[in-house]
Amino acid sequence: MNALVPLPVLLPLCATGVSLAFGVRLARFQRFISVAVLTAVLALSVTLMIAADRQGPLSVHLGDFAPPLGITLVADRLSGLMLTVSSAVTLSVLVYSLGQGMADRDKETPVAVFHPAYLILVAGVSLTFIAGDLVNLYVGFEIMLVASFVLLTLGGTGPRIRAGSTYVIISLFSSMLFLTAIAMTYAATGTANFAQLALRLPDLPLGVQTLVQAMLLTVFAIKAAVFPLAAWLPDSYPTAPAPVTAVFAGLLTKVGIYCMLRTETLLFPGNRLGDLLMAVALASMIVGILGAVAQTDLKRLFSFTLVSHIGYMVFGIGLATREAYGGAIFYVAHHITVQTSLFLVAGLIERRGGTNELTRLGGLARSAPLLAVLFFVPAMNFAGIPPLSGFIGKLGLMRAGVSDGSVWAWILVAGATVTSLLTLYVMAKIWNLAFWRTEPPGQAAYGTVLETADDSDDDEGPGPDRVPGTGDEGVGPAPAGRTVAATLQGQAVTTTVRPPRAMTAATAGAVVLGLAFTVLAGPLTAFTDRSAAELISRRPYVEEVLGP
Amino acid sequence: MTMSVSLLATAVVLCAVGGILMLTRPLTRILLGAVIAGNGINLLVLSSTGSAGAAPLLYGVPLRRVTDPLPQAIALTAIVITLATTAFLLAMAYRSYQLTGTDEVHDDLEDRRIFLRAEVLGERAELREEYRAEPGRTRRERARYRQERHRLRARLRADRALQARGRDAGGDLWHDVLGADPEDYVNDTHDDRGAAG
Repeated sequence: MNALVPLPVLLPLCATGVSLAFGVRLARFQRFISVAVLTAVLALSVTLMIAADRQGPLSVHLGDFAPPLGITLVADRLSGLMLTVSSAVTLSVLVYSLGQGMADRDKETPVAVFHPAYLILVAGVSLTFIAGDLVNLYVGFEIMLVASFVLLTLGGTGPRIRAGSTYVIISLFSSMLFLTAIAMTYAATGTANFAQLALRLPDLPLGVQTLVQAMLLTVFAIKAAVFPLAAWLPDSYPTAPAPVTAVFAGLLTKVGIYCMLRTETLLFPGNRLGDLLMAVALASMIVGILGAVAQTDLKRLFSFTLVSHIGYMVFGIGLATREAYGGAIFYVAHHITVQTSLFLVAGLIERRGGTNELTRLGGLARSAPLLAVLFFVPAMNFAGIPPLSGFIGKLGLMRAGVSDGSVWAWILVAGATVTSLLTLYVMAKIWNLAFWRTEPPGQAAYGTVLETADDSDDDEGPGPDRVPGTGDEGVGPAPAGRTVAATLQGQAVTTTVRPPRAMTAATAGAVVLGLAFTVLAGPLTAFTDRSAAELISRRPYVEEVLGP
Repeated sequence: MTMSVSLLATAVVLCAVGGILMLTRPLTRILLGAVIAGNGINLLVLSSTGSAGAAPLLYGVPLRRVTDPLPQAIALTAIVITLATTAFLLAMAYRSYQLTGTDEVHDDLEDRRIFLRAEVLGERAELREEYRAEPGRTRRERARYRQERHRLRARLRADRALQARGRDAGGDLWHDVLGADPEDYVNDTHDDRGAAG
């Protein structure tokens, strides 16, 4: 069973090679490889999660070096859960992007680059989840980051390059800080292995420990977009293609949260910076959600809610009790799926309405009832309406806060409640503006605009999605089931009345996954509780790596 | 653990130089800054070895006197990663130059709008104050005042139109295809300032 641990990294990496080698000629083969590999990774992750739950952490020492020397990969309950959720989400986003790529006639998503970059991203994310030492965590981060640079600037259009610069520079800075922190840790302890660090760090002077902890926390907080270090996120995420934004929002920030959880529990138990964490958690929640209230651009708005809800998880980490860790882990799993499905829905709305701007949207509940349902369920889930998993996650965290009983905990509980209400307000605003009200007069003009542009621009003959016989109807909204694509100064503009089935199905899959957390809340909270207990006791992890 | 001070001092200087370069606007400078600071941090990693020892494997050196190889491995990994990132940044700087004629990192669009709005509102408040402070107003002055206010309002309105246009899926879609958006352009001449952003 232990031999399976490296596979979630190895499979996508090998597939990247194959994909690059054959991708240019055989686009269909490339798609097949990506889907097959990600499905395999999902199956592997589920296996690993169940195995780690039954037998305790699984570890692999690559090259068969004795534990503290070589590269150690460890999968415990937390890693297993993160791997499972992340691979489920990446698979659904991949299906979505396939649907979009086919509909867009590959103008926005150059196939040859997209698939390898996406697979490398998956490999990097998996590596950070199973890395057993700081250096491999760093390498996993970098693999993930380089892939994300490519994905974020896909197509190389002006806005994407501009947004990409911010992202790349911030990421560069945080990796430098990370490397410095690793150097300092190594100089102080002579090891980078988590298990060994857990044994050696307590012998260091308190000042050095706090310094290393603060540096690592800063690095992970930049990645996780915790408030004072979150300004880059709403600026850089929304310009990317919808599936890319979805997977970034769902996964990359949560990788930061995972690293925080791992280092805070394993390396720095005792919660010395708990108050600081709670303060930034409160600031992220409030500032993030206020930013979202002020926005009318859908993707930007969701980016702000993303920052805001990171605060909940940091709250759990700051409390540092078993209940709180359990709540935070549950919330991470819930948040990954819900945030991803919201961004996927935003992509569908953009396709259907031609814009992400709420003031221009309207009447979608009547014209696209399925889309309305697909938005409504995750939105209510996100806001924390009772039967859904968002409520369970928030309840778990707040209960942990109340039972902790300190002043900060109470303030945070109040802040979390306010944030939750404001989230509900924001979601209701989107619902009212985009779905509930009647169509604004500007919307019908979209068909006209695109039709004209399409006719003047189209030099390749009818595209694959064109229905013959409806091509020359002149002005008026596009007929049902038809895709209209045009290019304006290098920017592809697409609107369809009915989005491709793969996109809707993938979104529905993500939404259903979010609902599954509600249905399976009992076993899942039990699982997160066990994994929190495992994190706090630290012994299973250390003994698995170093031997009893 | 003993450590070479010169190594540490070089690392600090390199990090400082790189840090300052990274705070500038042009992407090429940021790139140079990243490379320099990256080298500084690699030196820092190397200096975590402690005192230098002998090379391993050769000449049968006793194990205790061998240099710790792990920081070198970490530094090598970091160098490879810096290489990849540098290549990407170079490509991005060139693409940015292709698109905009400069490789400077531009402000967030929304930041700029907020800034412009604050500027216009401030100017208007100043104008009002100036107008109210003057005791006697001739007809001419009143006309001038009104004209100034109209100018400011036009600027705000143009900005709002720009904002609405920028938010559409196609960026400059409205401007390019329809010329102007009738809703936002009532009673207003089209102002193209800042449309490039």
